[in-house]
This record gives sequence, structure tokens and C-alpha cells, in this order.
Amino acid sequence: MSKITDTREAVMVGRRSDGSLVRRPLSPHLQAYDMLQMTSALSITHRITGVVWSVGLVFLVWWLLAAASGEAAFNGVMWFLGSFVGVIGLMGLTAAAWYHTLAGIRHLYWDSGRGFDLPTTYLTGRAVLIGTAALTALTWLIMLIAWI
Amino acid sequence: MAAPTIRSLRTPLGRVRGLGAARGGTHHWWMQRVTSIALLPLTVWLVFSLATMPDSTWQQATAWIGRPFNAVLLLAFLAAAFHHTAAGLQVVIEDYVRGEMARLGLLLAVKGVCVLLWLSASLAVLRIAVR
Repeated sequence: MSKITDTREAVMVGRRSDGSLVRRPLSPHLQAYDMLQMTSALSITHRITGVVWSVGLVFLVWWLLAAASGEAAFNGVMWFLGSFVGVIGLMGLTAAAWYHTLAGIRHLYWDSGRGFDLPTTYLTGRAVLIGTAALTALTWLIMLIAWI
Repeated sequence: MAAPTIRSLRTPLGRVRGLGAARGGTHHWWMQRVTSIALLPLTVWLVFSLATMPDSTWQQATAWIGRPFNAVLLLAFLAAAFHHTAAGLQVVIEDYVRGEMARLGLLLAVKGVCVLLWLSASLAVLRIAVR
């Protein structure tokens, strides 16, 4: 086996009966875990949408900096955001932002110690998905009405 | 009166402080929750505000940013959002990046980028709002 580079892995090393070293599997045990069930799929989606929102913040910063530096720079940002790639990116970002917001409310509810039984977990999970679709559609409807 | 039985190797003072081995206690976790609650109304306000101005000119956009109400909420959003982002990305890096040096280097880089982006965006809002 390869050299240990992370001190946290030291406790995850075992020995086979013949004495050879073996690296024990680490959580979340992807080799034994069904990642396609709703609970775990929504969980990793919360993390992914959080990272996507972080990247989206860079575009908000770009928009603000361009607005502060002048009309030409601002028109450049607005051209990009209005392009095909820009609109697709903004649509994805809107969905990611609403998902992360609603799943975040679900996490705050969990933090209060409630909602851990399976029926409630599925119920709140579906509510997050339906809410994301509804709020994303509403956001783009408002944008379309403002555009016309 | 018998002396109290100590059933833990942790010192009584350490238990009362509740800061654990990393000396941070629940501060990181707690601030992630506090900023998330602050971001709930701020995000709803920002997303729906930006949605109503897709074809705004530079004059309209700077007028909107420069209004005191919007400028203050933008500064509040940026502070909460970049604190929350830095805290969230830190957890992701700590979970997936192996190797002390790689992890520490990436953590410092991400924190630095978050601080610089937050300062740049806040300066932009202030420059538009204060003139």
C-alpha cells in the first residue's frame, strides 16, 4: 500500500491475518452505499449547489466591479450575461441558489432536532425539489416580464 | 463530604469551556448557521431584485446600487455570503483533500480569495453609493 500522507488516515489502517497492511474503507463507504436514493442524492446536491453558488458569487462581484469602473465595462458584463452561455449559466445558478436556500432551511429544521424520521425526511426532500422548481420558474417569469 | 468522582480524563475547566481539542468549540458550525439565517431574507431580496432588472443600463444599475437601502443590504449580503462561502468551502476541502500541506495550502488560498472578492465587491458598492 502507498505511504500515508494524512495523519487522519493513521487510525484507518489495519492488518490482514497474514500481517500485510490494509487501508480500511472511509466513510461514506461509496462501495457499499446506494448513492441514488433520495436522501443521499439531495445531501450531495446541497454541497454541489453550495459550491456552484460560490462560483456564482464571482459573477456578482464582477457585475459590481464593472458597474463601479464605468459604462464600457458594465456593458461588457451585460453582454456576457445576456449571451447564450450567460443565460444558461444564470438559469443554472438560479436553480442552484434556490435549491441551496430551501435545503438550507431543511438543515436548520434538522438542527432543531426535528424531522429525522424517514416519512418526514422524504416529505421535506420532495418539498425542497418542488419548491426549487417553483421558485426558479417564478424568478425567470419575473425576469421575462421585466424584459418585455 | 466525599470528593467528587472524576469519570473523565478531561479537566473540569476544559469541560466548562467546551472548546475541545481544536480550541474553537462550535464557533465555526454556529457562525455557518447564523450567516445562513441572515442570508435567507437577503438572498430572496437580491435574487428577485436582480430578476426585475435584466435589461438595465449602466445609469439604471448604478442608480439602483447607489440607493442607500440597496447599498446597505448589498454590503450586508456580501459580508454574510462570503463568510458563509468561506466556511462551507473550508468544510468541503477538509473532507476531500488529503495531505496536510495540500489541504492547508488550499484552505489559505480559498480564504484569501474570499476575503479579496468580498473587499473588492464592497469597495465597488461604496464607490457607487458614496460620491
